[in-house]
Amino acid sequence: MSDALVFHFDVDGENFTSAGQASTQVKKNLRQLGLSPATIRQVSIAMYEGEINMVIHANGGTADVVVTEEYIEIVLKDHGPGIKNVEQAMQEGFSTATDSIRSLGFGAGMGLPNMKRYTDSLEIDTVLGEGTTITMRVNL
Amino acid sequence: MKVADLLAHGFRALSLPDGDREIDGVYIGDLLSWVMGRAQMDNAWITIMTNVNVIAVASLADTSCVILAEGAVMPDDLVKTAKEKDINVLVSDEPIYETALALAGLVS
Repeated sequence: MSDALVFHFDVDGENFTSAGQASTQVKKNLRQLGLSPATIRQVSIAMYEGEINMVIHANGGTADVVVTEEYIEIVLKDHGPGIKNVEQAMQEGFSTATDSIRSLGFGAGMGLPNMKRYTDSLEIDTVLGEGTTITMRVNL
Repeated sequence: MKVADLLAHGFRALSLPDGDREIDGVYIGDLLSWVMGRAQMDNAWITIMTNVNVIAVASLADTSCVILAEGAVMPDDLVKTAKEKDINVLVSDEPIYETALALAGLVS
Protein backbone atom coordinates (compact mmCIF):
# COMPACT_ATOMS: atom_id res chain seq x y z
CA MET A 1 0.00 0.00 0.00
CA SER A 2 1.37 3.37 -0.92
CA ASP A 3 -0.03 5.01 2.17
CA ALA A 4 1.28 2.43 4.66
CA LEU A 5 2.71 3.81 7.88
CA VAL A 6 5.93 2.30 9.18
CA PHE A 7 7.29 2.51 12.70
CA HIS A 8 10.77 1.24 13.52
CA PHE A 9 12.18 0.50 16.97
CA ASP A 10 15.43 -0.82 18.39
CA VAL A 11 14.75 -3.11 21.34
CA ASP A 12 17.41 -2.79 24.03
CA GLY A 13 18.55 -6.23 25.14
CA GLU A 14 20.38 -5.02 28.22
CA ASN A 15 17.64 -3.26 30.06
CA PHE A 16 14.87 -5.56 31.18
CA THR A 17 12.93 -2.90 33.04
CA SER A 18 12.56 -0.74 29.94
CA ALA A 19 11.17 -3.64 27.90
CA GLY A 20 7.81 -2.66 26.54
CA GLN A 21 8.80 0.82 25.40
CA ALA A 22 8.30 -0.05 21.72
CA SER A 23 4.90 -1.65 22.30
CA THR A 24 3.81 1.23 24.50
CA GLN A 25 4.79 3.68 21.77
CA VAL A 26 2.95 1.63 19.15
CA LYS A 27 -0.11 1.63 21.37
CA LYS A 28 0.00 5.43 21.48
CA ASN A 29 0.50 5.69 17.72
CA LEU A 30 -2.40 3.34 16.98
CA ARG A 31 -4.63 5.22 19.36
CA GLN A 32 -3.83 8.43 17.51
CA LEU A 33 -4.80 6.71 14.27
CA GLY A 34 -8.23 6.04 15.78
CA LEU A 35 -8.09 2.23 15.71
CA SER A 36 -10.46 0.28 17.98
CA PRO A 37 -9.36 -0.43 21.57
CA ALA A 38 -9.71 -4.18 20.89
CA THR A 39 -7.35 -4.04 17.90
CA ILE A 40 -4.88 -1.86 19.77
CA ARG A 41 -4.92 -4.34 22.63
CA GLN A 42 -4.25 -7.29 20.30
CA VAL A 43 -1.29 -5.58 18.65
CA SER A 44 0.12 -4.23 21.91
CA ILE A 45 0.08 -7.57 23.73
CA ALA A 46 1.50 -9.55 20.79
CA MET A 47 4.28 -7.04 20.33
CA TYR A 48 5.07 -6.80 24.04
CA GLU A 49 5.44 -10.58 24.26
CA GLY A 50 7.81 -10.43 21.31
CA GLU A 51 9.79 -7.62 22.88
CA ILE A 52 10.10 -9.50 26.16
CA ASN A 53 11.25 -12.62 24.31
CA MET A 54 13.94 -10.62 22.53
CA VAL A 55 15.17 -9.22 25.84
CA ILE A 56 15.07 -12.58 27.65
CA HIS A 57 16.54 -14.77 24.93
CA ALA A 58 18.24 -12.74 22.21
CA ASN A 59 19.91 -9.65 23.70
CA GLY A 60 17.50 -7.33 21.89
CA GLY A 61 16.71 -6.75 18.26
CA THR A 62 14.50 -4.63 16.06
CA ALA A 63 10.76 -4.20 15.72
CA ASP A 64 9.01 -2.84 12.66
CA VAL A 65 5.30 -2.14 12.56
CA VAL A 66 3.51 -1.50 9.29
CA VAL A 67 -0.01 -0.12 9.31
CA THR A 68 -2.09 -0.37 6.14
CA GLU A 69 -5.81 -0.04 5.58
CA GLU A 70 -6.18 -3.83 5.63
CA TYR A 71 -3.85 -5.01 8.38
CA ILE A 72 -1.15 -4.22 10.92
CA GLU A 73 2.06 -6.18 10.47
CA ILE A 74 4.67 -6.57 13.21
CA VAL A 75 8.13 -7.86 12.28
CA LEU A 76 10.47 -8.72 15.14
CA LYS A 77 14.03 -9.54 14.20
CA ASP A 78 16.86 -10.67 16.44
CA HIS A 79 20.31 -12.23 16.17
CA GLY A 80 19.90 -14.47 19.19
CA PRO A 81 20.45 -18.23 19.48
CA GLY A 82 17.36 -19.22 17.51
CA ILE A 83 14.54 -21.50 18.66
CA LYS A 84 15.58 -25.14 18.88
CA ASN A 85 12.10 -26.66 18.68
CA VAL A 86 9.39 -24.30 17.45
CA GLU A 87 6.58 -26.79 18.00
CA GLN A 88 7.61 -27.17 21.63
CA ALA A 89 8.03 -23.40 22.07
CA MET A 90 4.47 -22.89 20.85
CA GLN A 91 3.06 -25.04 23.64
CA GLU A 92 1.55 -23.17 26.58
CA GLY A 93 3.73 -23.65 29.64
CA PHE A 94 6.98 -24.52 27.87
CA SER A 95 9.75 -22.11 28.83
CA THR A 96 13.53 -21.97 28.91
CA ALA A 97 13.61 -18.77 30.96
CA THR A 98 15.82 -18.62 34.05
CA ASP A 99 14.65 -18.32 37.65
CA SER A 100 15.63 -14.64 37.72
CA ILE A 101 13.33 -13.99 34.77
CA ARG A 102 10.56 -15.94 36.47
CA SER A 103 10.93 -13.84 39.61
CA LEU A 104 9.96 -10.83 37.47
CA GLY A 105 6.71 -12.54 36.55
CA PHE A 106 7.78 -13.82 33.14
CA GLY A 107 8.78 -17.27 31.94
CA ALA A 108 5.28 -18.73 32.16
CA GLY A 109 5.69 -20.24 28.74
CA MET A 110 2.89 -18.09 27.33
CA GLY A 111 4.85 -15.69 25.13
CA LEU A 112 4.57 -17.33 21.72
CA PRO A 113 1.11 -18.80 22.47
CA ASN A 114 -0.11 -15.29 23.35
CA MET A 115 1.40 -13.90 20.15
CA LYS A 116 -0.55 -16.51 18.20
CA ARG A 117 -3.70 -15.96 20.26
CA TYR A 118 -3.84 -12.23 19.61
CA THR A 119 -2.90 -12.17 15.93
CA ASP A 120 -4.47 -13.49 12.72
CA SER A 121 -1.22 -14.93 11.42
CA LEU A 122 2.17 -15.76 12.93
CA GLU A 123 5.25 -16.88 11.03
CA ILE A 124 8.48 -17.91 12.71
CA ASP A 125 11.69 -17.97 10.72
CA THR A 126 14.47 -19.19 12.95
CA VAL A 127 18.00 -20.47 12.36
CA LEU A 128 20.02 -21.89 15.24
CA GLY A 129 23.00 -19.70 16.00
CA GLU A 130 21.84 -16.93 13.67
CA GLY A 131 18.58 -15.55 14.96
CA THR A 132 14.83 -15.38 14.66
CA THR A 133 12.40 -13.29 12.66
CA ILE A 134 8.77 -13.30 13.69
CA THR A 135 6.11 -11.82 11.43
CA MET A 136 2.63 -11.28 12.82
CA ARG A 137 -0.44 -9.75 11.27
CA VAL A 138 -3.64 -8.41 12.74
CA ASN A 139 -6.32 -7.89 10.13
CA LEU A 140 -8.38 -4.71 10.27
CA MET B 1 -18.84 0.22 39.29
CA LYS B 2 -16.14 2.82 38.83
CA VAL B 3 -12.58 2.31 40.06
CA ALA B 4 -12.82 5.31 42.40
CA ASP B 5 -15.90 3.79 44.06
CA LEU B 6 -13.65 1.11 45.58
CA LEU B 7 -12.14 3.71 47.92
CA ALA B 8 -15.33 3.59 49.96
CA HIS B 9 -14.88 -0.16 50.45
CA GLY B 10 -11.48 -0.46 52.13
CA PHE B 11 -9.24 -0.07 49.09
CA ARG B 12 -6.49 2.58 49.07
CA ALA B 13 -5.43 4.49 45.96
CA LEU B 14 -1.75 4.79 45.05
CA SER B 15 -2.43 6.12 41.58
CA LEU B 16 -5.86 7.16 40.39
CA PRO B 17 -5.55 9.17 37.17
CA ASP B 18 -8.68 7.60 35.68
CA GLY B 19 -10.98 6.96 38.63
CA ASP B 20 -14.10 7.19 36.46
CA ARG B 21 -13.12 4.08 34.52
CA GLU B 22 -15.71 1.32 34.78
CA ILE B 23 -14.70 -2.10 36.12
CA ASP B 24 -15.98 -5.06 34.15
CA GLY B 25 -15.02 -8.33 35.82
CA VAL B 26 -11.96 -9.36 37.81
CA TYR B 27 -8.81 -11.30 37.00
CA ILE B 28 -6.28 -12.65 39.50
CA GLY B 29 -2.73 -13.62 38.60
CA ASP B 30 0.98 -12.94 39.06
CA LEU B 31 2.49 -14.52 35.94
CA LEU B 32 2.44 -11.60 33.54
CA SER B 33 2.09 -13.47 30.26
CA TRP B 34 -0.69 -15.52 31.77
CA VAL B 35 -2.46 -12.30 32.72
CA MET B 36 -1.98 -10.88 29.22
CA GLY B 37 -3.38 -14.06 27.74
CA ARG B 38 -6.41 -14.39 29.97
CA ALA B 39 -7.41 -11.06 31.51
CA GLN B 40 -10.14 -9.20 29.68
CA MET B 41 -10.19 -5.53 28.84
CA ASP B 42 -11.60 -3.45 31.73
CA ASN B 43 -11.02 -6.21 34.32
CA ALA B 44 -9.78 -5.22 37.75
CA TRP B 45 -6.50 -7.13 38.05
CA ILE B 46 -5.51 -8.46 41.48
CA THR B 47 -1.83 -9.30 41.94
CA ILE B 48 0.98 -9.23 44.47
CA MET B 49 3.62 -8.36 41.85
CA THR B 50 4.93 -4.81 42.11
CA ASN B 51 7.68 -4.46 39.52
CA VAL B 52 7.68 -2.06 36.58
CA ASN B 53 6.47 -4.72 34.18
CA VAL B 54 3.14 -4.80 36.03
CA ILE B 55 2.49 -1.26 34.85
CA ALA B 56 3.37 -2.17 31.26
CA VAL B 57 1.07 -5.19 31.34
CA ALA B 58 -1.81 -3.21 32.86
CA SER B 59 -1.37 -0.63 30.13
CA LEU B 60 -1.08 -3.04 27.21
CA ALA B 61 -3.78 -5.46 28.40
CA ASP B 62 -5.97 -2.42 29.11
CA THR B 63 -7.19 -3.48 32.55
CA SER B 64 -9.26 -0.91 34.44
CA CYS B 65 -7.00 -1.01 37.50
CA VAL B 66 -4.30 -2.96 39.30
CA ILE B 67 -5.19 -4.02 42.83
CA LEU B 68 -2.19 -4.95 44.96
CA ALA B 69 -3.42 -7.50 47.48
CA GLU B 70 -1.86 -8.45 50.82
CA GLY B 71 -0.78 -4.83 51.26
CA ALA B 72 1.99 -5.38 48.69
CA VAL B 73 4.22 -2.32 48.51
CA MET B 74 4.91 -0.64 45.19
CA PRO B 75 8.08 1.51 45.16
CA ASP B 76 7.49 5.26 44.90
CA ASP B 77 9.19 5.59 41.52
CA LEU B 78 6.84 2.98 40.07
CA VAL B 79 3.82 4.76 41.53
CA LYS B 80 5.07 7.85 39.73
CA THR B 81 5.38 5.84 36.50
CA ALA B 82 1.84 4.51 36.95
CA LYS B 83 0.52 8.06 37.28
CA GLU B 84 2.44 9.16 34.19
CA LYS B 85 1.05 6.26 32.20
CA ASP B 86 -2.54 6.76 33.40
CA ILE B 87 -2.64 3.44 35.25
CA ASN B 88 -4.93 3.12 38.26
CA VAL B 89 -3.24 1.30 41.15
CA LEU B 90 -5.09 0.46 44.36
CA VAL B 91 -4.05 -1.48 47.44
CA SER B 92 -5.97 -3.96 49.55
CA ASP B 93 -4.50 -4.95 52.90
CA GLU B 94 -6.52 -8.17 52.80
CA PRO B 95 -5.19 -11.48 51.42
CA ILE B 96 -5.95 -12.26 47.78
CA TYR B 97 -8.97 -14.46 48.51
CA GLU B 98 -10.62 -11.92 50.80
CA THR B 99 -9.83 -9.15 48.29
CA ALA B 100 -11.57 -11.17 45.58
CA LEU B 101 -14.53 -11.82 47.85
CA ALA B 102 -14.86 -8.10 48.56
CA LEU B 103 -14.84 -7.36 44.84
CA ALA B 104 -17.31 -10.14 44.12
CA GLY B 105 -19.91 -8.30 46.12
CA LEU B 106 -19.26 -5.05 44.28
CA VAL B 107 -18.37 -5.86 40.68
CA SER B 108 -20.74 -7.52 38.26
